Amino acid sequence: MIRERYLNLAVLAGLLALALWALAGDQPFTITLLTKVVILGLAAAGLNIALGIGGLVSLGHAVFFGLGGYAMGILAFHAQNFAPLELGPLSIAGTKSMPVIWLAAIAVSAAVAVVIGLLSLRTSGVYFIMITLAFGQMFYYFAISWSVYGGEDGLSIYVRNGFPGLNTLDPIQFFGICLAILCLVLLLSDRLARSPFGLALNAARQVPVRVETVGLSPTRLKLLAFVISGAITGLAGALYADLNRFVSPTMFSWQLSGELMVLVILGGVGRLIGPVVGAAIFVALEHLLGGLTEFWHIWLGVILLLIVLFARGGVVGLISPRRVGHD
Amino acid sequence: MLDVANLTASYGVSRALFGVDLRIGEGEVLALMGRNGMGKTTTVKAICRMIASAGDLRFDGQDLHRLTSDAAARLGIGLVPEGRRCFRDLSVRENLIVAARPGPWDMDRVTALFPRLGERQGQNAASLSGGEQQMLAIGRALMTNPRLLILDEATEGLAPIIRQEIWAAIARLKSETGMAILLIDKSLKELSGISDRAVILQRGSTVWSGPMAELTPDISEKLIGV
Repeated sequence: MIRERYLNLAVLAGLLALALWALAGDQPFTITLLTKVVILGLAAAGLNIALGIGGLVSLGHAVFFGLGGYAMGILAFHAQNFAPLELGPLSIAGTKSMPVIWLAAIAVSAAVAVVIGLLSLRTSGVYFIMITLAFGQMFYYFAISWSVYGGEDGLSIYVRNGFPGLNTLDPIQFFGICLAILCLVLLLSDRLARSPFGLALNAARQVPVRVETVGLSPTRLKLLAFVISGAITGLAGALYADLNRFVSPTMFSWQLSGELMVLVILGGVGRLIGPVVGAAIFVALEHLLGGLTEFWHIWLGVILLLIVLFARGGVVGLISPRRVGHD
Repeated sequence: MLDVANLTASYGVSRALFGVDLRIGEGEVLALMGRNGMGKTTTVKAICRMIASAGDLRFDGQDLHRLTSDAAARLGIGLVPEGRRCFRDLSVRENLIVAARPGPWDMDRVTALFPRLGERQGQNAASLSGGEQQMLAIGRALMTNPRLLILDEATEGLAPIIRQEIWAAIARLKSETGMAILLIDKSLKELSGISDRAVILQRGSTVWSGPMAELTPDISEKLIGV
């Protein structure tokens, strides 16, 4: 049994070591794959706050991933066209600055998460899943019909956005940015889970009625968790769009929401590094098996089945078990 | 402090309370008694706003019907629910931190009242014995710094030695803090020793109310069967 803290550090150090090894071997594609692992891990880490701590089974988290992506795409599109974004009386200049784009992605995702959360948290269980799924589909079809920004064909950004002092077109530097953000978010998640808020959220997942009897509102706790979760997934969406220099409605698709959930379950629901481990397995399977057969998802399904049946704590739970399992 | 008059409540179409009247003053200990299924726990749930109810329900003059259950708890009503229901995935310490609100009750004071909790601060609640979980449930309610503590069957199903410990702790709460307490329990002997007054329910209505000293064996035999 390995202590979870050591495992967390080992996974992050392993990602960095692999990227440096790929750099030394002049394998930029491997670095790009590792960047994808980091970004998907970040998106799933966002979902893990809602799902893992709060028990919110959201099948609409692709909304935030897509919003982050489109926040990047729209701002960069207006910057490359030198035409401001007109929002009623507001005229907003486009930008190619990553930090500004990240802030916009976080703000938009958080604002939408407030609205979705307020409406969907009135329900629970299967109804919550259905409402979040419905919101995902709404955004998906809206993006398809939004011809100004490419509609179904999506939107290409010719040059990756910039970060002060770094060359973001260099794969290893962009990987470094993404890994640094992932580490910060994981640190935040860890602090959050141990804070009185995180403990109360955990308690609200277990016995909501009892949380009310100690003077806390489970709905408010879950709403805040949902907003934080959505904001992080939105940030990941902006990075993912920058990685591919492309955004499309598929970023809003329910399949992507499902994939994010698969990443969390594979790695371990409620485990800090679980989403990153899940993303690593997912990308590895996609890359290794995807070359052999286009039906590689079958093998992913088999692995998921085995995890759900025999390892409720996911891969992280197998390596570093806890005495009390997650529900 | 707590004024309940003509309280009624239903579970769907099934009416459970038909008119409960009770009153608890500052520092008073009230025993809420009655046979099984007479509405004791439903009365507690209505006071804590966990089920819809009608009638007069006031805490410090404030209409509880206007409040949600979490708001009622923040007003100073602490509940130790039937069946304990601790947060199993959290440690003893975390169970207590979750509930903490400003006031004289903190970790040190709770662990002084229940030294067993102090010894097991890092343990998961799920790994505690039934008695220890009950102490944790009481400690959790105390961490909210309530002005009225409601204990619903706090000693049910526990070993005699643990029951003694819990009754001793309740007696200390009464003597040392002057906290108002609403007690529900099957042990008439223990209730008689600690309560100032009693209210007896039958079929969802108050049928007897008075000082504990006036609860004669005849009345208790007739109304609660002990």
